[in-house]
Amino acid sequence: MLKMTHLSKVYRTEVVETYALRDFSIHVKEGEFVAVTGPSGSGKTTFLTIAGLLEEFTGGQYQLDGADVHGLNDNQRSRLRNQKIGFIFQSFNLIPDLNVFDNVDVPLRYRRLPGAERRRRINEALERVGLSARSKHYPAELSGGQQQRVAIARALAGGPRLLLADEPTGNLDTQMARGVMQLLEELHRDGATIVMVTHDPELAARAQREVRIVDGQVIDLAVPTRLVENAAPRPAV
Amino acid sequence: MLKYNIGLALRALRRNAVVTALMVIAVSVGIGASMTVLTALRAMSADPIPAKSDRLFSVRIDNWGPDVPNNALLSDLLSYPDAMALMRAHKGLRQSVMYAPVFSVTPQTANAIPFTATARAAYSDFFAMFDVPFAAGGPWTQADDDARAKVVVLGARMAQRLFPAGDALGRSVMLGDGSYRIVGVLAQWKFQPRVYDLSSRLYQQTEDVFLPLTTAADRKLLSMGGSYCSTAAAHDFASMSRSECRWVEFWVELSSAAQKPAYLEFLNDYSAQQRRIGRFHWPANVALLDVNQTLRAEHIVPGEMKIATLAAFGFLLVCLVNATGLMLARLSSRATEFSVRRALGASKAQIFVQCLAEATVVGMSGGLLGLGLTVLGLAFERAILREDYSRLISLNLDTVVTTLGLALLAVLIAALYPAWRTSRLAPAWNLKAE
Repeated sequence: MLKMTHLSKVYRTEVVETYALRDFSIHVKEGEFVAVTGPSGSGKTTFLTIAGLLEEFTGGQYQLDGADVHGLNDNQRSRLRNQKIGFIFQSFNLIPDLNVFDNVDVPLRYRRLPGAERRRRINEALERVGLSARSKHYPAELSGGQQQRVAIARALAGGPRLLLADEPTGNLDTQMARGVMQLLEELHRDGATIVMVTHDPELAARAQREVRIVDGQVIDLAVPTRLVENAAPRPAV
Repeated sequence: MLKYNIGLALRALRRNAVVTALMVIAVSVGIGASMTVLTALRAMSADPIPAKSDRLFSVRIDNWGPDVPNNALLSDLLSYPDAMALMRAHKGLRQSVMYAPVFSVTPQTANAIPFTATARAAYSDFFAMFDVPFAAGGPWTQADDDARAKVVVLGARMAQRLFPAGDALGRSVMLGDGSYRIVGVLAQWKFQPRVYDLSSRLYQQTEDVFLPLTTAADRKLLSMGGSYCSTAAAHDFASMSRSECRWVEFWVELSSAAQKPAYLEFLNDYSAQQRRIGRFHWPANVALLDVNQTLRAEHIVPGEMKIATLAAFGFLLVCLVNATGLMLARLSSRATEFSVRRALGASKAQIFVQCLAEATVVGMSGGLLGLGLTVLGLAFERAILREDYSRLISLNLDTVVTTLGLALLAVLIAALYPAWRTSRLAPAWNLKAE
């Protein structure tokens, strides 16, 4: 599903070159739930933004769902991102002017789906996260946990092949975090491929395997911390 | 997607109502000021007869020579002998010598007080040349010209004043000491600027009375327009009609603009002939100016109006720079939203279009408010300008469309940089910062 080989990312200024990722290789198979951990500044988020085609890489190779993404133009990258990737952010990043329904609609609008198809997908996604009754609410009217569920519904609505989650419980209290984590686990059980960046060892332990990044490199591929039942590849959500 | 983008724009603009209001006000004030001045400028410099302005010509012949001071520019006025010679040559499709006598009109009602009327003495071709509209009857005929017939055509206002019942046609009217038969009554005729008569105010209303020039000459009526002499001349009709004083206009209509060189050649030949017979002592100096060339040559738009227009558009530019700054600030404050949209699949082009959709809403709102300010501005202009200018200034469909179009265009131009910059935000940086 996601394969990076000897990938590097260098930020250059006039006086200094900073390697955010160096000789970075990772392979996430379809249906896997991978936790990416590491100290602050280690390159976790850079990895996630490159994986999500939000940022170019400097060297190496990146294959997404079997296709080399190097050299794609902005339109091609945007289309690929829209069709194959779902993002879940730490700060939820819902658009405050739009109600729940319209927030979930955003990625579908850019895919130019017909109205009926969009409505069907939005309703399914909201039902999946248990927020059908809140579709007319605005983000400010929801709790943090509910907002993150809306963000997950938004990520799911497009039927992505890969879910990228950046500290999805970082802004939530323990109870809400538990609920969101359970939802991610359910999605994984249903076949979703999930890559989750986290600081939290407890959350990382709930993933199928953990990848640790230090100074822009994968330092070890940890033994699966927890075998999740039915982890075999399944169709994406 | 357009409807979606406009919907997003309305929501986003509502969210930042204060900044939106500031942008709309900045645009509308600039647009209102520009359109107020531009409307007046356009009214003053409008082509009065666009359908044939390229084949109606003012004829100019230098009959004074280079030794006369202040004769560098050819006048729109000709000497009577030159004008009549051109009239007799009849080289154009239509042509007319003309001048502006003034009459005292005596109404036929009891105890009515005589009053002064503006008049135009011309040949019968005048009406067809300038597309003069008739409400009743028509122009006098060429036979009337030849017979020096005592006939007149009344302007709409004069006909209404003298014959409120609307039965002017066929009746007689007392002009000066003579009675004239009314052969035609004009419909409302708005011909401004009155390019055929540069000696009087260009924007005053068209004449009250029209009569054959031959009849006016027969009655020895002098022009109350300009008359310019290089040497002293007696101011009576017989002397003036033989003198080198310039006091009549001559306009010619050609069948097409392509005929201009041929007519110019005719004028040169005429001038050369006058030199051969000893009247002119200088090389031919003639000109043939079409309607718009005539307007430009006469500098009919006051210089102050041009300066005011430039100042107003400068002000609009300042307003738009302000609007650009506000847009930039507003879009920058929404960097996260646009980054999220990029993450969810929006291309740079789609973000750019979304920003322009917001600018379109601001532009249309600014245009509508600017239209209101333009209406106020025009009312103010009408109040302070002299009557012949103020009558020109009105709000018409053309002004409305231009105002809205200019507002939209101006705001879209102002939005180009903020929209371009927003579309090129690095989403990864903004999302990392979150």
